[in-house]
Amino acid sequence: MEKISGSQAIIRCLQEEGIKTIFGFPGGAVIDLFDALMDSDITNVLVRHEQGAVHAADGLARVTGEVGVALLTSGPGATNGVTAIATAYMDSIPLVILTGQVPTPLIGNDAFQEVDIVGITRPCTKHNYLVKDAKDLVATLREAFHIARTGRPGPVLVDLPKDVVAKMVDFPEKKPIRMQNYQPTYEPHPGQIEKACKKILKAKNPVLYVGGGVILSNANEELTELARKLNIPVTMTLMGLGGFPGSDPLSMGMLGMHGSYTANMAVAHSDLLIAVGARFDDRVTGRLDAFAPHATIIHIDIDPTSISKNVKVDIPIVADCKHALTAMNAWFNTSSDFNREQVAASHEPWLETIGEWTKKHPMCYLDEGDIIKPQYVIEKLDELTHGDAIITTEVGQNQMWAAQFYKFNKPRQWATSGGLGTMGYGLPAAIGAKMAFPEKTVIDVAGDGSIQMNIQELATANQYKCPVKVAILNNNYLGMVRQWQELFYNKRYAGTVMEVTPDFVMLAQAYGAVGLRATKKSEVEAVIKEALATDNTVIMDFVIAREECVFPMVPAGKATTEMLLV
Amino acid sequence: MKHTISVLLQNKPGVLSRVTGLFSGRGFNIESLSVAETLEPSISCLTLVTRGDEAIIEQITKQLHKLIDVIKVTDISDSEYVEREMVLIRVKAEAQTRAEVLRVIDIFRGKVVDVSPKSYAVEVTGSASKVQAIIDILRPIGIQEIVRTGTIAMARASKK
Ligand SMILES: Cc1ncc(C[n+]2csc(CCOP(=O)(O)OP(=O)(O)O)c2C)c(N)n1
Ligand SMILES: [Mg+2]
Repeated sequence: MEKISGSQAIIRCLQEEGIKTIFGFPGGAVIDLFDALMDSDITNVLVRHEQGAVHAADGLARVTGEVGVALLTSGPGATNGVTAIATAYMDSIPLVILTGQVPTPLIGNDAFQEVDIVGITRPCTKHNYLVKDAKDLVATLREAFHIARTGRPGPVLVDLPKDVVAKMVDFPEKKPIRMQNYQPTYEPHPGQIEKACKKILKAKNPVLYVGGGVILSNANEELTELARKLNIPVTMTLMGLGGFPGSDPLSMGMLGMHGSYTANMAVAHSDLLIAVGARFDDRVTGRLDAFAPHATIIHIDIDPTSISKNVKVDIPIVADCKHALTAMNAWFNTSSDFNREQVAASHEPWLETIGEWTKKHPMCYLDEGDIIKPQYVIEKLDELTHGDAIITTEVGQNQMWAAQFYKFNKPRQWATSGGLGTMGYGLPAAIGAKMAFPEKTVIDVAGDGSIQMNIQELATANQYKCPVKVAILNNNYLGMVRQWQELFYNKRYAGTVMEVTPDFVMLAQAYGAVGLRATKKSEVEAVIKEALATDNTVIMDFVIAREECVFPMVPAGKATTEMLLV
Repeated sequence: MKHTISVLLQNKPGVLSRVTGLFSGRGFNIESLSVAETLEPSISCLTLVTRGDEAIIEQITKQLHKLIDVIKVTDISDSEYVEREMVLIRVKAEAQTRAEVLRVIDIFRGKVVDVSPKSYAVEVTGSASKVQAIIDILRPIGIQEIVRTGTIAMARASKK
């Protein structure tokens, strides 16, 4: 067999997986790899910070459903990536992160730019490898991609010592991967499906509670079919937005800490909660003993550890969401017990109750003359992009307003750091998304605090002609923390006042981007229109009502019915 | 409730720290842990003793199973099983206590594995409670050092 260098073999593995774009930052330990990349058709997007590389790969992965790839050097390059790896891990995003490592004879000697990145990332990767022997290189990379994308997806890190990458290796033909010790369960147990379906037919007040698993398994159509077939209202987690059309009459929007009044009331009064690819996170459940207290719980998840972790589940279904929902739809389609009109009609009283909750407390905010309300900005973004943009976010109030007021009708148009809540996620993620879909509008809804955490990626956007739009909801505060201080700490704004903030318009210009500012409500629309019409990266600086709070809000540790409202 | 869990895993570097990291990271407790190669050198068997209510033990077994390098997880205490632990005890053995020490060792079917003018090193094997019992009995005589292996366990073969 013809031998090729380890670095060429790695590039070939990427090509084999259909990778067109990776995000990387070089250093001594990965020069060989960058060198080999130059001769390939794979684009390396040279980021300005390794956290940006991994977030960008993550953004690409979320909007495409493919595995994102980042390439970092050893030592500080690798550690700089850790926050972003943990971000992807918490949200189950498939990534392969390649890190350089010092040559094998030096490992363990505190060599220059050596860190035990496999040790450091063990708790925040789905799996990781240190390749010590060049003959394992190709098989390890193939396995890494397999693990990243199958089952409950997640980031996989492969640490590559410099001497291993430099060796000559065989490149055997790819065979289907079978791992004795790793075989995720895709197919649901038919008995459990039947049990669940029969339970659903008996329910008077059912609710579908939809999480990121529906997006990850591309099960939105199956979910929508089920909800409409049985006339069941749907609520989504932050990660599940887009899993069901946000403008469908059956959608109650998001649930949980900043969920809609309707969604939280519906869950609290439901007699059957059908959780699909969701994990009963504390931001969703609030006080556990008061969460869905009257409901029988059906839980579909591909990860058995998610089931009965926080909340005791009555009917567990370990399966891929798409497979399980397909099986449920098929059961209803063929069951003689199921009469569509009758079931739909039987849920009407429940839907009426739900409609009354919405009438009583709709998602809303108070208009204040010409002051810019952040919610208004999001509504305008939604309107002017016809609800069709890819939205990424930073973290904090900006993120919650985006989740509450943009109507996500499709999956994979929403990329936000849910589990880890990583400030600085949005801009690099937007770049990753835009690299994948250059023809789509990609907007990072940002806070003035978060945007400064990875602002350097404006240069990347500019270098790769990747015209993302950044909408800063500028309150000159670390707003979400300030909100907690306003509500629970006697308005003592410790550490949340941004006394010095750059002029974002000038900052944009310094990076070769366009900066626009709106200080009045009447200017918002024009700024957005101009930004959308500009074929360049744009920062929109919206100077918003400074002390606006995100409502509804369930205070931490309270029952989800104990909402603070507008 | 005490549970004894047996885990088959790939015999590779770093695998043990995946297991211990899981326990420390998620706040599960480990009372004892012992690990060694199986008949198949590429596979190790790890026996761990932990405590927790049903929900915690369920999480522990699921989380262990989720580790890529883990092949099989069995909660041995779900059925009939035998468990053994070995202890080495260095106990003071001077003229006036030697006979007493030997008698105790004999009752526990232990062995003296090292002798010095002033002490015996004793090996005892048995269930964790038997090991604890001999420690308790020898303690007043003067234990200088003990080393325990932690429990290993095996399900009983089916009687059919
Ligand atoms: C890396 C990181 N550090 C700290 C936090 C805690 N935190 C959550 S929201 C927030 C404020 C964010 O401020 P800004 O970006 O201005 O958003 P706003 O809430 O004002 O919209 C902070 C500090 C975090 N989520 N991530
Ligand atoms: Mg702010």
